Amino acid sequence: MVDVLVKTQKLKKYFRAGKSGLLDKILRQLPPLVKAVDDVNLEIGKGEVVALVGESGCGKTTFGRLLTTLETPTEGEIYFDGRQVTKSDQKAVRRKVQMVFQNPYESLDPRQSVKGIVTEPLSKMGISKVEKDAQFEKVMSAVGLDQNFGERRPRDLSGGQRQRVAVARSIVSNPEFIALDEPTSALDASVQSQVLNLLVGLREEYNFSYLVITHNIAVARYISDRVATMYAGQIVELGPTGEVLKDPKHPYTQALLKSVPSLDTKKIEPPHGEVPSLINLPSGCRFHTRCPFVMEKCKTEDPSMRRVGNVDVACWLF
Amino acid sequence: MADSDDSDIVDIEGLTITYRTVYGNLVSLNSVDFKVKRGESVSIVGESGSGKSTLGLAIVRLLAPNASYSSGRIMLDGHDVTKLSNRQVSLLRGTTAFMIFQDPLNTLNPVKRVDVQMLEAIRSRLKQEGQPFNEESAYKEAVDRLNDVRMPDADSIITRYPHQLSGGQIQRVVIAMGLLMRPKLMIADEPTSALDVTVQAQVLELLRDLQRNYQMSIIFITHDINVAHSISERMVVMYAGEVIEASPTESLVKNGLHPYSQALIASIPTISKSEGKLTAIAGSPPDMISPPNGCRFHPRCPHVMQVCTVQSPRTTVKDGSEVRCFLYG
Ligand SMILES: Nc1ncnc2c1ncn2[C@@H]1O[C@H](COP(=O)(O)OP(=O)(O)OP(=O)(O)O)[C@@H](O)[C@H]1O
Ligand SMILES: Nc1ncnc2c1ncn2[C@@H]1O[C@H](COP(=O)(O)OP(=O)(O)OP(=O)(O)O)[C@@H](O)[C@H]1O
Ligand code: SF4
Ligand code: SF4
Ligand SMILES: [Mg+2]
Ligand SMILES: [Mg+2]
Repeated sequence: MVDVLVKTQKLKKYFRAGKSGLLDKILRQLPPLVKAVDDVNLEIGKGEVVALVGESGCGKTTFGRLLTTLETPTEGEIYFDGRQVTKSDQKAVRRKVQMVFQNPYESLDPRQSVKGIVTEPLSKMGISKVEKDAQFEKVMSAVGLDQNFGERRPRDLSGGQRQRVAVARSIVSNPEFIALDEPTSALDASVQSQVLNLLVGLREEYNFSYLVITHNIAVARYISDRVATMYAGQIVELGPTGEVLKDPKHPYTQALLKSVPSLDTKKIEPPHGEVPSLINLPSGCRFHTRCPFVMEKCKTEDPSMRRVGNVDVACWLF
Repeated sequence: MADSDDSDIVDIEGLTITYRTVYGNLVSLNSVDFKVKRGESVSIVGESGSGKSTLGLAIVRLLAPNASYSSGRIMLDGHDVTKLSNRQVSLLRGTTAFMIFQDPLNTLNPVKRVDVQMLEAIRSRLKQEGQPFNEESAYKEAVDRLNDVRMPDADSIITRYPHQLSGGQIQRVVIAMGLLMRPKLMIADEPTSALDVTVQAQVLELLRDLQRNYQMSIIFITHDINVAHSISERMVVMYAGEVIEASPTESLVKNGLHPYSQALIASIPTISKSEGKLTAIAGSPPDMISPPNGCRFHPRCPHVMQVCTVQSPRTTVKDGSEVRCFLYG
């Protein structure tokens, strides 16, 4: 077993969202709680790549932000390299982790040049200008952008070019752990391949660990050692990528794989039923309102993770 | 001019768009011809940076301030967009053509709540339709559209600010805004890039319904050929600011003619293959400030011939496809 780099224990993040009505104000009630991440245990090994897939709004980005200390947990613990991450050493951890944000438009400072943005993580590391320039050149060509992009501002870039600037920035300081949130969602297949090959190469060379959040199952398939499926704030299936994608156990993972569009067919079968509320979570198994195999027990009792072969799955069928 | 119903909703000829920059002029569209029939769904695919967003933005005249229309014309529902006054163009935006931007936060105002913004959209539509505005029914309509795009907790989401939503939720709010406007043409720039495949499938189904039932035309800009295949009847492939192929969807994915189209389709990763490296097209993307001479794809093309390096190929028609490559004449 490889060394664990990042570990979460019973991790939770709840948000208060929206306005409260007049009646709520009179009764002094707070706006409802959104349970974005609800009791997640996950370990990511050194040099390991875990892909996180799941329904839109189920808590993936929030989980990535928690791991990179950009968000403080409501409850539960995060360990980095064996040490619990507390408020006081967040800063030290932050130097070793990076996050590529889902929306590259938000995360790139519009006033800075591309070069300024990409080399910013190096600025506090006491590196000479020559080394900085060399490192900049290296990461830019690795993501398939010409040197002359250095002078440009983010607004002069296309969507995919911005995304690659964000990836270049995340790798420039050789961090130990990177959470990549939909890092190739704006890239055509060829440039996407180039960026994924780069990430895999870096992992082999420097033993980086990644959490790759993606809705593109083919990307998860290619890049990850293990894949975790998330549904309504929880991980419901976790196992070796090949195994999970070939023979998904959890009914939600099965539904997800059936919805992947392909060139062979125009027919896709998305799951029926309502997308779950994170405010009034379904009772019992959170997928029971949409599950084709639902049993009486599923409606009242929440299944916990069980080991089935190499895969962990939370479902009463197992 | 009248919006006679047999004319194309979009008819672009010889469009050239240039961005002025400190490092030189960047011709991001070079003499582009592009048509969309009423009720038709067309996808635009192609390399990152090839000009897809620029083309969409040009149609609704929302290009960045450093862009200029160097030549060509853009007929939108019978009006030449390049010749209208600002006021006239703004009347076309929304109900004639609605654009979903690649950056969804370009449509949403970060400091206004979702409900406020959706009601504003309904108000402006009703004004154009000459109908009275009723807050209660408008609110209900907004929640209904959020439900249409499979938004959970719509009652709570509508009271939030954009930063309190997930990436896919923001994208769905923007799509719902588009649905509220009931446009004749929806230009959607990567509208499902933040949606998981199950929600994506449902949103695509919704768009297909609108197209079928209300004759809405769709321009769907996407890097995802699988998605393009499922939503559109015709596909347009762009490379380095030029349209290099326009073909019926099925023939493009099975039998792409242009060497770049073929390479693009060959590089799509699938769920079942994972062995070895993914294939990327050899060579680097073209420098758009000084693009290659002749055929812009020639430095990367496996079939390059002498003529390709000096002369630019013309569009030829072959089996219902339009292609720009010397292999076809
Ligand atoms: N600041 C916030 N305040 C209130 N609710 C929030 C906030 N941030 C996120 N949420 C809610 O928490 C849930 C999880 O959001 P998150 O961004 O983690 O989802 P996600 O899995 O990344 O989704 P997507 O695939 O759409 O990006 C969503 O339902 C979202 O509405
Ligand atoms: N405001 C601008 N100023 C200067 N150059 C620009 C500007 N906007 C876009 N460009 C350049 O014009 C070219 C076309 O950009 P566009 O955004 O249309 O590409 P795209 O095909 O949509 O790419 P993507 O798939 O990455 O979104 C790119 O090379 C880009 O760098
Ligand atoms: S626990 Fe029951 S409802 Fe939940 S996924 Fe399994 S079978 Fe379906
Ligand atoms: S014109 Fe020549 S270089 Fe261009 S795509 Fe065709 S064969 Fe290749
Ligand atoms: Mg997200
Ligand atoms: Mg674009």
